Amino acid sequence: MEGVAIIGVGQTRYLRVNPNSHDEMAFEVTNKALEDAGLTIEDIDNSVTCTNDFWDGRTISCMTVTDATGSSRVPTTNVEGDGTYGVLMGLMRILSGHHNTTLVVAQSKGSISIPGLITNAIFDPLCERMLGLDAVSSAALQARSYMAKYGITEEQCAKVSVKNHKNAKNNPYAQLPLDITVEEVLRSRMLADPIKLLDASPVSDGACAVILARESVAKTKCEKPVWIRGVGHCSDTYHLGDRDLSDVGALASAAKRAYRMAGIKNPREEIHLAEIYDAFSYMELMWMEGLGFCERGGGGSLVDSGFSEMGGPLPVNPSGGVLSAHPVLVAGLARIAEAVLQLRGEAGDRQVEGAKVALAHGIEGACGQGHCVYVLQK
Amino acid sequence: MESKGHVDKATVCTSFKNERAIGTLVRFRGKEHGKMGNRVGIVGAGQTHHRSKIPQCNGQELIGIAVRRALESADLTMKDIDAVVIGNMDHFESINYVDMWSVLGFGGYMKPVLKVTTGGTTGSAVGHAAFYHVASGLFDVVLAIGWEQNSESDTTAAIVTHCEPLIERDFYGGAIGGLAAQYSMYMDKYGATEEDAAHVSVRDRGNAARYNPYAHLRAEITVEDVMKSPYISYPLRLLHMCPRSDGACAVLFAREEKATKITPKPAWILGLGSSHRSTYLGDEMGLAGLHSLEIASKQAYEMAGIREPFKQIDVAEMYLPAASAGVSWMEAMGFCEEGGGPAFIRSGVTNMGGDLPINPSGGVIATNCIGATGLIRIGEAALQIMGKAEERQVPDAKIAVATGFGGCFWSDVMIISSLRQLD
Repeated sequence: MEGVAIIGVGQTRYLRVNPNSHDEMAFEVTNKALEDAGLTIEDIDNSVTCTNDFWDGRTISCMTVTDATGSSRVPTTNVEGDGTYGVLMGLMRILSGHHNTTLVVAQSKGSISIPGLITNAIFDPLCERMLGLDAVSSAALQARSYMAKYGITEEQCAKVSVKNHKNAKNNPYAQLPLDITVEEVLRSRMLADPIKLLDASPVSDGACAVILARESVAKTKCEKPVWIRGVGHCSDTYHLGDRDLSDVGALASAAKRAYRMAGIKNPREEIHLAEIYDAFSYMELMWMEGLGFCERGGGGSLVDSGFSEMGGPLPVNPSGGVLSAHPVLVAGLARIAEAVLQLRGEAGDRQVEGAKVALAHGIEGACGQGHCVYVLQK
Repeated sequence: MESKGHVDKATVCTSFKNERAIGTLVRFRGKEHGKMGNRVGIVGAGQTHHRSKIPQCNGQELIGIAVRRALESADLTMKDIDAVVIGNMDHFESINYVDMWSVLGFGGYMKPVLKVTTGGTTGSAVGHAAFYHVASGLFDVVLAIGWEQNSESDTTAAIVTHCEPLIERDFYGGAIGGLAAQYSMYMDKYGATEEDAAHVSVRDRGNAARYNPYAHLRAEITVEDVMKSPYISYPLRLLHMCPRSDGACAVLFAREEKATKITPKPAWILGLGSSHRSTYLGDEMGLAGLHSLEIASKQAYEMAGIREPFKQIDVAEMYLPAASAGVSWMEAMGFCEEGGGPAFIRSGVTNMGGDLPINPSGGVIATNCIGATGLIRIGEAALQIMGKAEERQVPDAKIAVATGFGGCFWSDVMIISSLRQLD
């Protein structure tokens, strides 16, 4: 695929509590992205916001940010889902030929939400909710299923957490830059066996904005456009009991679409870094398998080998990933923003040298039921 | 910078399914109107028989009924569907991540699914998003779904939470308050009356009763009935207002080459417009009409090449949440002069058999399954164009318009036609 580039990105610092409201954070990142792209709001001819009524505690939650994102003046729509899906909507609007420059914004305030209740509402109201399922307990089922099938150990999962919190030390936007050891992860408080506190992503506040532009605009307005070369999204079925939780079929299917579009045949060789949605440490191992970086079940030995570390053959989550800041809805958009900074060579201390092709990934629903994958290129 | 204008399909890449074509690289050549990346046609539509309560179905099953009917209408199966767009309003059923939950209802295992939610405009926004899926060249055949099961909800309590929590929520009177204030202003400015609005109720509820087996409220009413019904919020009475319904709607969108193979007479989408211009209710309250609808229709008319909307448009399916809107929003659509709504409605031109029938389906004051409502307008307009609207068919309809209303007095507009482009 040709023709659409990301020409501006903006992020807040991710915090446990950001005193600013949703619209104040959205306003901040909208302006940062415009400044980054060298544009004014007048140059934006359409917009996509990403909100969720449950997380935002408000019906028609996109109303919160119509003014703050300049959406009141242009055709706009609202994707209820991760920011990666919002970028997909923006991409389609440009490819349709009817729009030139799309602003995509997501904002989230975990600090004013009750994540356990909100994620409990993902599950079937009659049969599943009263079991106490939420994002953490369902992830624990998936982690156990995955570990049992492939012999993955808690130590291997812990290594992901150690790596990503360490990477976060190089990311000024990250919420949890930490020097921790595998021992400390293993000894941290148990949330839902086998997931311990340091295997889990934090509750976060923050916002992110991305500006997309068609080729003719990108080439005249931007010195370092980052091209969207491939995108794919796919959903597994709904009930946890109907799914093979240890499998990553939906991700593999989404990745296959994105790779085919981008002409990538050997992702392990052709992709230089990946920013993926590691809401829990085990997820990074599973998603690496779904993305074709290794065989199914090979995620554990991959992290053992140092493959995904900074300086390794394919650094995964140089930013510190979602484990180091998890503003829901924003997190996938932040993966894209981080991949863009890497490809521009503007990622500061977390820069992966010589990065030309990057992968960004977002998830939707419980245990990665839905996935959205991007291949981005310098 | 180049802007909206003439495009041609320059490059075609590979399809997901058959290794053929996924993307269309669209390059701009000029400023002519009405040319799109990929021409998009509607090839099928299906809906439930809407009711105040459909207790035998859960939401997934409602969706399943609408999707099966849409697929049957186009002689397709889920195997033919490349992507799905779905929408509803979360707080009515209290299901989080409906895009994931509903996969069971429409058979979306291993399909690309995306959710769009913009309040009352959700249904129309879902239709617009499906259009962009196909026009982008990324997908050939796309299923759009809107649904709501209002019997599960305390509708007004849920709607009230859309107000800004500090400033507006304490005194906001649900969906009715703003509409009532707006019509009061219109009455004051132009001398319109409650009876004028009652004529719209009689028209739409009559159409639903006589012609539309899917409509929720199917009883004929008179102007006297409306005027005797109790006030809900002055000047709006019970029979001026829409109900809350259970129901779902599914519409199929396809790329030009596919569309003509699926059905001999696709309903082509010629224009889109959208204006979500307000954040606070007060933003719209200085105006008697609906400014967002004026902006959105102008965009859509311009894209489609419509210069004289009243003359050119054969049938309209409008999201009129209250009968008063059927009087005061006519000028925003360019159907009549400013302040001309009452005379326009009373003249009968918008009745079945008139020059511009509005809401042959009975519209929103007969059926309102909120997340589906905007998409039903698109589906009904497409059925009119395809000649499949059965008893509610407007003879020889060539150009139809479908509108969506919601959010904070927001509007979406879509122009649908049997012609691939207008001169």
